[in-house]
Amino acid sequence: MYKYASPKNFYALAGRLIPWLGTITLLLFVFGLYLGLYVAPPDYQQGDSYRIMFIHVPAAWMSMFIYVMMAGAGLVGLVWNIKLADMLATASAPIGASLTLMALVTGSLWGKPTWGTYWVWDARLTSELLLFFLYMGFMALQAAIDDPRRSARAGAVLALVGVVDIPIIHFSVVWWNTLHQPASIGSLGRIVSPTIYPSMLHPLLIMSIAFFVFYFTVVLIRMRGEILARERHTGWVTQIVRSGMETQGKFP
Amino acid sequence: MSQNLLGTARCIFQRDLILAARKPADVATPLAFFVIVSSLFPLGVGPEPDVLSRLAPGVLWVAALLATMLSLGRLFAGDHADGTLEQMTLSPHPLTPLVFAKVAAHWVTSGLLLVVLSPLLAMQLNLPAHAMGTLAVTLLLGTPVLSLLGSVGAALTLGVRGGGVLLSLLVLPLYTPVLIFGAGAVTASASGLDTKAYFSLLGAFLLLALGFAPWATAAALRISLD
Amino acid sequence: MLQVVDLTCSRGDRALFEKLSFSVQPGELLYVQGANGSGKTTLLRTLCGLSQPADGEVRWQGTPIGQLADDYRSQLCYIGHANGIQGDLSAAENLRFGTCVGGADSHADIAAALERVGLTKAARLPAKFLSQGQKRRLALARLLVVTKPLWILDEPLTALDVHFGAIMNERLTAHVAAGGLVVITSHQELAVTGPISKIRLDS
Repeated sequence: MYKYASPKNFYALAGRLIPWLGTITLLLFVFGLYLGLYVAPPDYQQGDSYRIMFIHVPAAWMSMFIYVMMAGAGLVGLVWNIKLADMLATASAPIGASLTLMALVTGSLWGKPTWGTYWVWDARLTSELLLFFLYMGFMALQAAIDDPRRSARAGAVLALVGVVDIPIIHFSVVWWNTLHQPASIGSLGRIVSPTIYPSMLHPLLIMSIAFFVFYFTVVLIRMRGEILARERHTGWVTQIVRSGMETQGKFP
Repeated sequence: MSQNLLGTARCIFQRDLILAARKPADVATPLAFFVIVSSLFPLGVGPEPDVLSRLAPGVLWVAALLATMLSLGRLFAGDHADGTLEQMTLSPHPLTPLVFAKVAAHWVTSGLLLVVLSPLLAMQLNLPAHAMGTLAVTLLLGTPVLSLLGSVGAALTLGVRGGGVLLSLLVLPLYTPVLIFGAGAVTASASGLDTKAYFSLLGAFLLLALGFAPWATAAALRISLD
Repeated sequence: MLQVVDLTCSRGDRALFEKLSFSVQPGELLYVQGANGSGKTTLLRTLCGLSQPADGEVRWQGTPIGQLADDYRSQLCYIGHANGIQGDLSAAENLRFGTCVGGADSHADIAAALERVGLTKAARLPAKFLSQGQKRRLALARLLVVTKPLWILDEPLTALDVHFGAIMNERLTAHVAAGGLVVITSHQELAVTGPISKIRLDS
């Protein structure tokens, strides 16, 4: 197991895993969307508009999960000085930010038929918005620091502070929300309650797993890119680039 | 006998206060900003006393957030440029308490002065008199959290291009709980509600920030000096 | 004893030096030489623990300095390119603060140290009015009040005139003779008598 901690071996391992994970992601998405869009019945109150939940909810879950992953990887990189952990954190950030944005956009699209407006200061949407700012901050900080090691370590400290603050932010926003909003409006969170029908729950679970595997697929692809960029001066990367060019006939 | 940790921390605290006293403009600028921002709101939303008193808690707290953020630039930048920060990092004492001394001095020359100024601005914005005490207490509990969390951002952006704007991006989202409960307490107090729960929560944030932030700032400083 | 084992330092992608090993014994001065950009400052900062090496380690009395942490820093006085002087404090205040942060005797004789570096008259002047050479002397005055066995000095002779250059050389000689350790870079010739070893980074 330990030998995969070297960037070179990890690069090869990830290369073998990606096609498999990609296929699984695709199958899960197709199956989940089929169940969600065709099999699940329309909601008695919301009609078909609720079906956006099958995208919105997993995206929102993943956006939180990925931030925790980032902070965890950052901690590992900070304490044990493991390059792969740093790369995992750096590679995760844009995926997390994209999924946060997706949760925001789908939430707002869902809001239009539900509340009659695209934006309501709903607890979940507000939390997602703040989480989006945290992702932006992380990426901006890493982009502003040229030295890859300092950039990784600074990002790790920020992610750790963020991960401690996120539950507090979430709790504050929920408190603020219940204080300022009449309960009749109903929040997105309340729609996904434990009383949900199995025919709606199953596609939600499958879509969540699909998003989960999707994240790992994309993060491996991004990590391979990171590895090539950071190890570009080593012999094995030069060799990969050379052989890649040969197969494309650009390098006689 | 060599200087103990407490003595060294006191040295740093006193030095930063002396420096602030010798460069009063650095201290006064964020305060002036606080006053100007709060004074602009009536011009934007109109002078109706009812509207202003409804907006006052939020306006004052957001202005306090922004003013604190502006003052964070001077927390480490000068010491970084002249090499003092290197000397602090190489001190035989652990860096975390030394950082704490610096942040404490920063708070005395920023947050504490905001507390002192706040009743004046509260009057300007027509905040009910009985809510002014609450405003002062929430600022007293909340602004140290702003200094502490801000110090992490200031340390991370040290010597980084576009540091000032970047700092606001890093720090402002982290400030939201303090904003929510700080402004919430003042609003509650203005409408005659109990504010004990808000105070306890702000106090809890303060304890958490006291325990966690100086450590993170020290780690960030070491990273920035590498 | 300060020991460096297989030390590799890099800036960005570029390796400054690789697999560097040496040791400095008590009573020895190590003169680090090399062209601009060869990594002298990085080496010195790594020896202090300010910069982390890409590979290898620095040991003090046989233990890696990362493990010793405060115990190592209490043995060390570092004077880098930056003087660590705040322009709005007086020379005396600056030296007192430097001494305090360095963890030295709280009753250290600041006045005597200032006299040794020829800054008695300037003691109460804000440090921003001092010349480059005077600022350098003020920084070096820390070596007089903070008594540490290991000195790591980055271009200490810069901006010093002949007179104070000679005094600095005397101090170095005395420190080494008393069993101290010195790691130093300098573009000026050193006139230190005693055991000197040299290391070139760009060879």
